[in-house]
Amino acid sequence: MNESRLQPVAFNDPAWRSRVVGSLTFIIVLWPVLALTEFKPWLLLDAQSLSATARFVGNFFPPTHDPEFLAMIMTATWQTIAMATAGIVLAMITAIPLTFIVNQQLSISSIGSNHMHRFAYIVRQIVRWKLVLLRSIPELVWALLFVRIIGLGPTAGVFAIALTYSGMLGKVYAEIIESSDPQATKILLENGCSRFQAFFYGTLPNAAPELISYTIYRWECAIRGSVVMGFVGAGGLGQRMDESMKMLAGGEVSTMLMVFVLLVGTADAISHLFRRGLE
Amino acid sequence: MASPQLRLQNLFSQHPDVVTAIFDGSQSPSKSNAKFALENITLTITRGEQIAIIGPSGAGKTTLLHTLALALKPGSGTLSFYETSPWAMSGTERHSLRRQLFLAPQTPPLPARQRVVTTVMAGRLPNWSLATALRNLIKPASPQEAYRALARFHLQDKLYARVDKLSGGERQRCGLARLLLSDAELLLVDEPLSALDPQLAAQTLETLQQEASARTATLICSLHQVDLARSKFTRLIGLREGKIQFDCQQVTDQMIADLYQNAPLKSKHDAYPLPMPHDKLLCD
Repeated sequence: MNESRLQPVAFNDPAWRSRVVGSLTFIIVLWPVLALTEFKPWLLLDAQSLSATARFVGNFFPPTHDPEFLAMIMTATWQTIAMATAGIVLAMITAIPLTFIVNQQLSISSIGSNHMHRFAYIVRQIVRWKLVLLRSIPELVWALLFVRIIGLGPTAGVFAIALTYSGMLGKVYAEIIESSDPQATKILLENGCSRFQAFFYGTLPNAAPELISYTIYRWECAIRGSVVMGFVGAGGLGQRMDESMKMLAGGEVSTMLMVFVLLVGTADAISHLFRRGLE
Repeated sequence: MASPQLRLQNLFSQHPDVVTAIFDGSQSPSKSNAKFALENITLTITRGEQIAIIGPSGAGKTTLLHTLALALKPGSGTLSFYETSPWAMSGTERHSLRRQLFLAPQTPPLPARQRVVTTVMAGRLPNWSLATALRNLIKPASPQEAYRALARFHLQDKLYARVDKLSGGERQRCGLARLLLSDAELLLVDEPLSALDPQLAAQTLETLQQEASARTATLICSLHQVDLARSKFTRLIGLREGKIQFDCQQVTDQMIADLYQNAPLKSKHDAYPLPMPHDKLLCD
């Protein structure tokens, strides 16, 4: 009897067909996208483009390095780091409570039946949409708004980063937690622990390295973001860069680009350090 | 006579994975209704009893323990705890009832990066406020207690080791040490001896039984070691294909033989059974 039940399965991988269909769909969808964006990479290599590139890049040498300029860059760099850090910390303070609400792993009402309480479900959906709203408006738009409300300067940038990044952090925190092994959390909940206790004793030890490295990556993005916002008057390195670009001072721009590389490299090193500490 | 701690009447229950599959939409409820992991279970359990559940793999032992632990809602039938039905309570009341139960899964899901002392102290969590719980993460509240609990399973030197440095058997006993720190009055232990050698298995079982009688807690243990179950437990429940085959104090060799005879080779996840090597497909 067992054999007859086993036979019809044979060796057809049930996932095969959906994989083929998925790949074909991807290619079919991708083609019009390339056409629509007028994606013609060979234009980069014609003579006119090459000479324009050479002129622009040629301006970058030598990088400006007189002490007065460097001192000014130092101040602007600190301002940028401070803007990014303050923004990220505010974003975390907003995102963490939202993560607790939106996370399904910490649902007590779904123990046993897997059916979440209706009220709990509605609250989760509302918070989910709030997170979508927060991150769907680019930080640049927030920055333009805040520059108008509170005037030129880094404060506008801090608020812009805090708003957009809280949406991103909230979403990704929830996803990291949901993709980590749920069993340790589940057994704590099943044995009568509260949501927060289960989070700190079951979820966090599993998800901490991911959460920390993602937060530091976002801090790195915030540094880049604060540069872009500098162009609309939110202070820091970006504002200096905007001025230098307008004055066609390529040497100054290249010094500032080097500072960016250093900043991103530092963020990477810090992230690595944290992860090693937690291994 | 006092009211029984637990009473199950005509209880039907589905395998936890099936319940999840319905929720995910990957399986329609009508299709899966046909199959129950537990069928028509009727049981009465008095506080302080020590019960072994035996039966072939896939008989529904784990599902029964999860149902008793209020971790799985029964499909139909009644489950009552001191004559009140937990599934009729509000969610909050039911959750505070869970403090009186302790479920120890077969492979205890302990976070890999946590230290043993924290993992064991987590048995106290249901009695702690959040502030105490957080303080315990910074500095263990009473490492002596965790040490004593571990010592009863010969694991005391691992107090400050990380969980992922433990072997399978050590991890299993670490999960049981957490049980010692809880103050539950219903201990549900799923195959606590599966990763232990015979000598350690006997000692571990003895510790569990001592602990249960010391706090007059009920101990319900699923076991594959039939000999141990018969010599150490005063009540044995034989489970096969989700049904109770026997529930008595003394079992005969014949009853055991019948319980395990021709047990169907059933995989827990029936979805894609692999063809056997002797299948005609390969012989042709």
